[in-house]
Amino acid sequence: MMETKDKVTETRHMLLNVGPSHPAMHGVIRLVFELDGETILKTDVEIGYLHRGFEKMCEQGQYNHAIPYTDRLNYVSPLINNFAYCQAVEKLMGLQITERCKYIRVIMSEISRVTDHLTCIGASAMELGAFSVFLYMIKAREYLYELVEAVTGARLTVSYGRVGGVKADLPEGFSDKTRKTLQEVRKVVAEVDKLLSRNRIFIDRMKDVGIISKEDAIAYGITGPFLRSTGVNFDVRKAQPYLVYDRMNFEVPVGTHGDNLDRYYVRLEEMEQSMRIVEQALDQIPPGPVLIDEAGRPVQLSENKPIKAADMVDEAKMGRIRGIAERPVQLDPTLQGSTKGFHENINVENKKVVLPAKESTYGNIEGLMNHFKLVMFGHGIKPPKGEAYFAAEGANGELGFYVVSDGTDKPYRVRVHPPCLPIMAALPILFEGDMMADMIPTFGSVNMIAGELDR
Amino acid sequence: MEILNLIKEKFQEYVVLTHAQCGDETVVLKKEGVLPVFTFLKNEPELDFNLLSDLTAVDYLGRTDLPRFEVVSHLYSLKHNRRLRVKVLVPEEDCVMDSISSLWIAADWYEREVWDMFGVRFEGHPNLKRLLMYEEFQGHALRKDYAVNKRQPLIGPVN
Repeated sequence: MMETKDKVTETRHMLLNVGPSHPAMHGVIRLVFELDGETILKTDVEIGYLHRGFEKMCEQGQYNHAIPYTDRLNYVSPLINNFAYCQAVEKLMGLQITERCKYIRVIMSEISRVTDHLTCIGASAMELGAFSVFLYMIKAREYLYELVEAVTGARLTVSYGRVGGVKADLPEGFSDKTRKTLQEVRKVVAEVDKLLSRNRIFIDRMKDVGIISKEDAIAYGITGPFLRSTGVNFDVRKAQPYLVYDRMNFEVPVGTHGDNLDRYYVRLEEMEQSMRIVEQALDQIPPGPVLIDEAGRPVQLSENKPIKAADMVDEAKMGRIRGIAERPVQLDPTLQGSTKGFHENINVENKKVVLPAKESTYGNIEGLMNHFKLVMFGHGIKPPKGEAYFAAEGANGELGFYVVSDGTDKPYRVRVHPPCLPIMAALPILFEGDMMADMIPTFGSVNMIAGELDR
Repeated sequence: MEILNLIKEKFQEYVVLTHAQCGDETVVLKKEGVLPVFTFLKNEPELDFNLLSDLTAVDYLGRTDLPRFEVVSHLYSLKHNRRLRVKVLVPEEDCVMDSISSLWIAADWYEREVWDMFGVRFEGHPNLKRLLMYEEFQGHALRKDYAVNKRQPLIGPVN
């Protein structure tokens, strides 16, 4: 005869490893979950897989040498990093940049913010199955990248900021082109709004998932759209306005619940506000050099015939310098907008900071020496001994640069405060109690950028 | 300026110097004063620095007038819209300071990063392990005496 025995089922928590290389991870990061069934109890976050030693590398070169590295921090909105770094150095030196440059920086920063939010919303919607949204948003981002390319010459690794100015002035017809593009982007945003904002599946996946309270968000030092979704009205552009943000009329969208859906709404609305800022800035920007006459023909800035840069150098080497200083230089297209006429509009008037216009470098000995003094090691930009912290509103939150100078031409220390680091530190409490499948929308709404997280 | 005077008067024994270069108000502290001063900065309603914006360190190798390391934190008060920089002096021979992660939980990861990159230990930190580098990494990469071209064998997963 068989004896029936009460069988005790043993229950154990399961450890599940996700990453560092996983399609649902927006970069290389490793999460180790402790699961009870499908409920997440604990999360262990491991970062550092993309550590490139940004801060160490910045200490090796001159001040302007750090700018290409800043492109690679938040690579979805590199222009904001460029400008924030430049402004930290300018704050340290007490430089006042030109009006036109301020507007250019605002316009380009806001365009970058839109590209960042488009990527974030698009990618997280795609992970929930809304693939068309992803395609639409990437299409809109592509329009904006075309603008960025027209201005900087590159789509991603822009390196457009310079200490004391920007690389080049805005191209011809930029204003009209931007306005048209923004209308296209608005159409896409409206379309996505229709597709998602009242979509039952989307709302069910996003609502009340990944909740963080106001108090927790502040304790973790979270800023940006993430903090605003919890109901805290903090935006560096409003709280401590820099550049010309105090002249712009825009709203700061604030959520109430601090869940994924609120973060989606905040980002969606922020795009519209950014586009408003761009339009206002385009209206207010002081005019640059007149480029086209009334009939639409390009106007020569100088009466003299242009000379090719290489020819100019050759002429000068032969000693045939008469008259070449006055002649405009025909330069490589990548240097468009940085020649005389543009140069003084976008750069500070300080020969110890800004490279001279290329005509001067090629055409006269003062310009040549000026150029060499700035690019030679030991002779570059030398901020006074001291330190400065500058905070800008990045797409993910407060992007801070802390620059320490020892009076030489190399930064003694450059520290970047990456906005998504505090959010990553808060991941365990965001995930806690949610289902494993909820991890995907929550992680998507964090908008982790490994480049700036690991530096 | 009035905050600096307030802190200077209240914590005379801890404050080494204060300045407001480039408009950034700064307090330099002895490391013994970490907990009392930071607790005051956070809890005093008139200051109310509730957001820890950033915490990092700077290595002043070879300076003789002050200790080698400075642990630099940037505080922000949402209520008063004000920033403050607090620098804590940490000497090389006794490379440890009190953790402030009990006051701002944000300090948890920042302190791990400072330990990782500078080798400054934090007393009372719940989980002080390297943040960016791997556990077997030798030395601390952001110290000035760590050569930039130094290579270490990369190691695979431990388990």
